[in-house]
Amino acid sequence: MFHGRDPIYVQIADRIRADVVEGTLREGEQVMSTNQYAATYRINPATAAKAFAELVADGVLVKQRGIGMFVSDGARERLLAARRARYFDDVLAPALTEARRIGIDGDELVERVRAALARDDAAASAAPADPVPTEPARTEVGA
Amino acid sequence: MTGFGVELRDVSVRFGATVALGGVTAAFLPGAISGLLGRNGSGKTTLLSTIAAFRRPSGGSVRVDGEAPWENPRVLAGIALVREAGDVPDVRVGEVLRYGAAMRSTWSGEVAERLLARFDLPRRKRVEHLSRGQRGALAAVVGIASRAPLTLLDEVTLGMDAPARYACYDELLADYLAHPRTVVLASHLIEEVDRLLEHVIVLDRGRVLVADEADALRARGVRVSGEAERVDAFVGDARVLRRETLGRSAVVTLYGDLGSDARARAREKEIEMHPLPLQDLFVDLTDRPGSADRPGGAR
Repeated sequence: MFHGRDPIYVQIADRIRADVVEGTLREGEQVMSTNQYAATYRINPATAAKAFAELVADGVLVKQRGIGMFVSDGARERLLAARRARYFDDVLAPALTEARRIGIDGDELVERVRAALARDDAAASAAPADPVPTEPARTEVGA
Repeated sequence: MTGFGVELRDVSVRFGATVALGGVTAAFLPGAISGLLGRNGSGKTTLLSTIAAFRRPSGGSVRVDGEAPWENPRVLAGIALVREAGDVPDVRVGEVLRYGAAMRSTWSGEVAERLLARFDLPRRKRVEHLSRGQRGALAAVVGIASRAPLTLLDEVTLGMDAPARYACYDELLADYLAHPRTVVLASHLIEEVDRLLEHVIVLDRGRVLVADEADALRARGVRVSGEAERVDAFVGDARVLRRETLGRSAVVTLYGDLGSDARARAREKEIEMHPLPLQDLFVDLTDRPGSADRPGGAR
């Protein structure tokens, strides 16, 4: 369930972020309570609470006192914007460093990127895209 | 906050010339599940026995829910210390449970019955005739069903097989969620209890080696590898637990905060960083140094 490489609360927060980005968890939808989370994933509730606190601080979740935690409005777009901002540093820069290290030249890189993008465009126009499911993929039990 | 907190100040326990606890200052937070981790002989059982007032400290002070537990009926009524060995060998399983019910106002007969069935414990058998795993399971049943404000579980899963151990962790967590209280879990099976813990105290040779939030501990144990000189520069003043070299590269295990920019700095220097599982961190923290094959070892 959890891997040993990152603190569990970080893994929980990452999973909820991923669920929001992919649309599995939709804006306004209620997420499990700390105790439900702890019971389901067999972890200390303080660990789950820590993940939720981080997500509230990041504006992904909002707490409604006495009711529970909900995915906040605009959470998906905010997460996407943050991931876009990190993309160049976290994904592209290491890939370019590696290319330089093993002697792939810039022209070849640019050519490959253009070809890959053209392929993706062709595939996208062939099949109509529907990135967000129209029905909630799962319903959560109330607290 | 529910549950009794524990505060220990400079607690020492000596048996003749042997120092079992050499000045332990630590706290177990009220309402939290804490892990008391340490190798065999590190003083875990002595510490728990001292908290439960089974034994009087040679020095220092013990406070449970703000009071000294020694000969203190109010506090003692709220402490349940259970150990795998079992303290009552010549009675039947059913009597152990009746005794618990009579002794404790917080006792849940319903939980005791359910767990008895889950662990398949024979009610009419004498404790001394149970297998080791069954004695551990009985200790767990008593520990959980007691619902004591301070529950001290001393290696109860010893001798239990893996399915029984996981059943024990699940039952403890489920009952804790429904009835929060202070739980101290002494164990050396760190990988198994890791995710149950909010707080961790590591004992080593009668002293506190580390006391921290479990998540903070997990974040501080890091293994870094790369070109030796770059790795050493990157590590700086952090506490090095282990350093191994292979040709021109080095693998260093360290414990400490590397700062929020650590990942960026590592990437720049082509250094790989891997967080350390709690179990590995524990092994490196408590491994006896002094073997000549470990240059730059801690301490």
